[in-house]
Amino acid sequence: MKSGPGSSGMRRADHVAIAQFIEAGDLVLDVGCGDGQLMELLQTERRAKTRGLEVEQAGVNRCVAKGLAVVQGNADDDLPVYPDDAFDAAILSKTIQELARPKFVLDELARIARRVIVSFRNYGHWRVRASLLTSGRIPSLGSSKAWWSDGARRPCTARDMAELVGELGLKVTAIAPVGGEKTDAASLTRLNWTAEELVFVLERGAQPTE
Amino acid sequence: MTSPARSLSGADGLKVLSVATPGRPFQLESGQVLDHVDIAYETWGELSPARDNVVVVCHALTLDQFAASPNPVTGRPAWWPGMVGPGKPIDTNRFHVIASNVLGGCMGSTGPASQRPDGRYWGAEFPHVTIGDMVKAQIALLDALGIEDVFLVAGGSIGGMQALEWTVQARDRVFAAIPIASAARQSAQNIGFYEVGRQAIMADPDWRGGAYLASGVRPDRGLAVARMAAHITYVSEASLKRKFDRRLQDRQSVSFGFDADFQIESYLRHQGQTFVDRFDANSYLYITRAMDYFDLAAAHGGVLANAFRGLKTRFCVFSFSSDWHYTPEESRNLVRALNAAGCETSYLSIDTDKGHDAFLLDEPEFDAAMTGFIDAAAEARGLKRRDGA
Repeated sequence: MKSGPGSSGMRRADHVAIAQFIEAGDLVLDVGCGDGQLMELLQTERRAKTRGLEVEQAGVNRCVAKGLAVVQGNADDDLPVYPDDAFDAAILSKTIQELARPKFVLDELARIARRVIVSFRNYGHWRVRASLLTSGRIPSLGSSKAWWSDGARRPCTARDMAELVGELGLKVTAIAPVGGEKTDAASLTRLNWTAEELVFVLERGAQPTE
Repeated sequence: MTSPARSLSGADGLKVLSVATPGRPFQLESGQVLDHVDIAYETWGELSPARDNVVVVCHALTLDQFAASPNPVTGRPAWWPGMVGPGKPIDTNRFHVIASNVLGGCMGSTGPASQRPDGRYWGAEFPHVTIGDMVKAQIALLDALGIEDVFLVAGGSIGGMQALEWTVQARDRVFAAIPIASAARQSAQNIGFYEVGRQAIMADPDWRGGAYLASGVRPDRGLAVARMAAHITYVSEASLKRKFDRRLQDRQSVSFGFDADFQIESYLRHQGQTFVDRFDANSYLYITRAMDYFDLAAAHGGVLANAFRGLKTRFCVFSFSSDWHYTPEESRNLVRALNAAGCETSYLSIDTDKGHDAFLLDEPEFDAAMTGFIDAAAEARGLKRRDGA
C-alpha cells in the first residue's frame, strides 16, 4: 500500500516523523504496514510493541519472515473486531488517501487506539496550487498512477484533513511536516502552504464541528 | 504424574506410553471413561536441559506420528519432510519434536482397532472421542514424559484444530501456535462430506456393524470410496485440471462402460485402494466424527474470542487461497477472534492452486513464513539460534 520510495535499510523521513510520536512500551497498530519497515523502526528505536495489517501477501510474508506480528487483511473489514482502546496508537502511514472508506476507518481507529497518527501527501502545498493555477493540472505528488487508476489516491489538503478530523469529533494534538519540526494545530494554515507531506496526531475529545 | 513407559519397541517398532490405568482412568468429554489408553509417539532432536525446546506436531486425519521419519509399519516415508528435520523450519537441530498418534487412531494409540483387556476388539463399541480428548491425551503423554512447557504446537487441518485446542486446554504452557489450513469449527460442508464417507463405510457389508476385525474381514470397498470422496476436497479444480483435465487413461476413446476411462478416475481409485491397507475403517468413522463435533466457540459461550482471551501464546495462522475444504474465510474468522481477544497474531493466506493439501507440499512462501515466525518466536523465548544464523 506504500507509495514512497523503497529505501531498504534506511530510515524513511516520513517514518521518522511518525516515530517521534510513539513512546516506549506503546502497543501500536500499523494499518497498511507494507513490508514492516516502520514497525521495525518503532520496535528498535522506540521500544514499542507493534502489530500490523497489510493487504498484500508479499508484504505480509516479508513481515512474518522478519518475526513481525502482521495479519493479512484490510482496514475496511478487519478493524471492527478490535475492542475499544486495544492500542496506545494506530498509524495510517500514507494510506488514508488510498482507502475506500477513509472516514469509517479513521473513526474505527480512533475507537480502538488512544492516539491516531496519520501521514498524508498535502495537496495544499504551494507548488500544487501553482501548478493547478498555471497548467490546470493536479500534480501526482510521487504517485505513478493516473487519477483514473483503480485505487487512485484522493488528493486532499491539510485543511481538508482537518475538516474530516472535525467531522469525527477528534482533535489535532500535534502536527509535523515530514522532515521538519513538530508543532501544533495553530500552524495549520502555514503548513498547508509549505509542507508536501504531513503527520497529524489525533485524539478523541473535541466536539464535532457544525 | 509419573507413568512407567510400556515401550512396544518390539516387532512393530512403535514407541508407546500408557496414559491411563484402571486406577487412573481417562475421562472423555462424552462422559464415558477409558481404563486403558496407550499413546504411540515419535520424537526427533534432543530435549534441552531446561526442557524448553519442545515442539508438538499434530497430524491430520489419515496421517500418523511419523512426521519426520519413515513409518516402520507401512513403510511410507515421513509425511512432513520439508517442514520437520535438520535445518528445516521446525529445526530438529534445535528443537525436541514430539508427534503422537491421536486417540482413536490406528497407528499404535488406543482406538477402535485396539483390543480390550479381555482381548476383544473395540470396534464400534469404542466410546466417542473429541478433539479435546485427543489433546488431553497428548498433554497426558507430555506429562508422562516429564515435559511441562511447549515452545510450539503446529498442525494442519484437524492437526490445526488440535493446535488451537492445545492453547486453550494447556493455557500458559504453550508459547507459540501455528494452526494451518484449519478452522475453529467444522463447517456444514465438511460435516456433509465426511458423512458421505461414513455412510460408504457403513454400507459395506464387510463393516459388520463395526465388528469386522473379529470376523477377519475389512470394509475395504466402503473405506476406499470414503477416501476417494474426501480426496477431491483436498485438492482444487485448478490442480485437477492441471494434472488430469479430461484426459483418458491408457485409451484413445471412451469405452461406453464404467471402467476408469478418465485419468482422474484411475487416480482416485488408486488413492482409495492404497489407503485401505494403512488405515482402519472404524478409526476413520471416529476421527471424522470428532472433527464434526469441534466448535471452539460453542464451548466458550458462543463467542470464539472468549476462548483465547488472556492467552499469552503468539499465533501464526496460515490458509491457502484455493483450499475449499478449510477455506481462507474460516482462518480469517479465527484471526478476527484472536485479534478481538488481544492475542499476538500473524496471518498469511498463501496464493496457490494446490488446495487443502498445499500444507504438505512444497510451497516456498509458506516455508519462508514458517521459518521467520518460528525463528522470531525462538529468539523471544531465548532458545538456541539456527546453525549459521
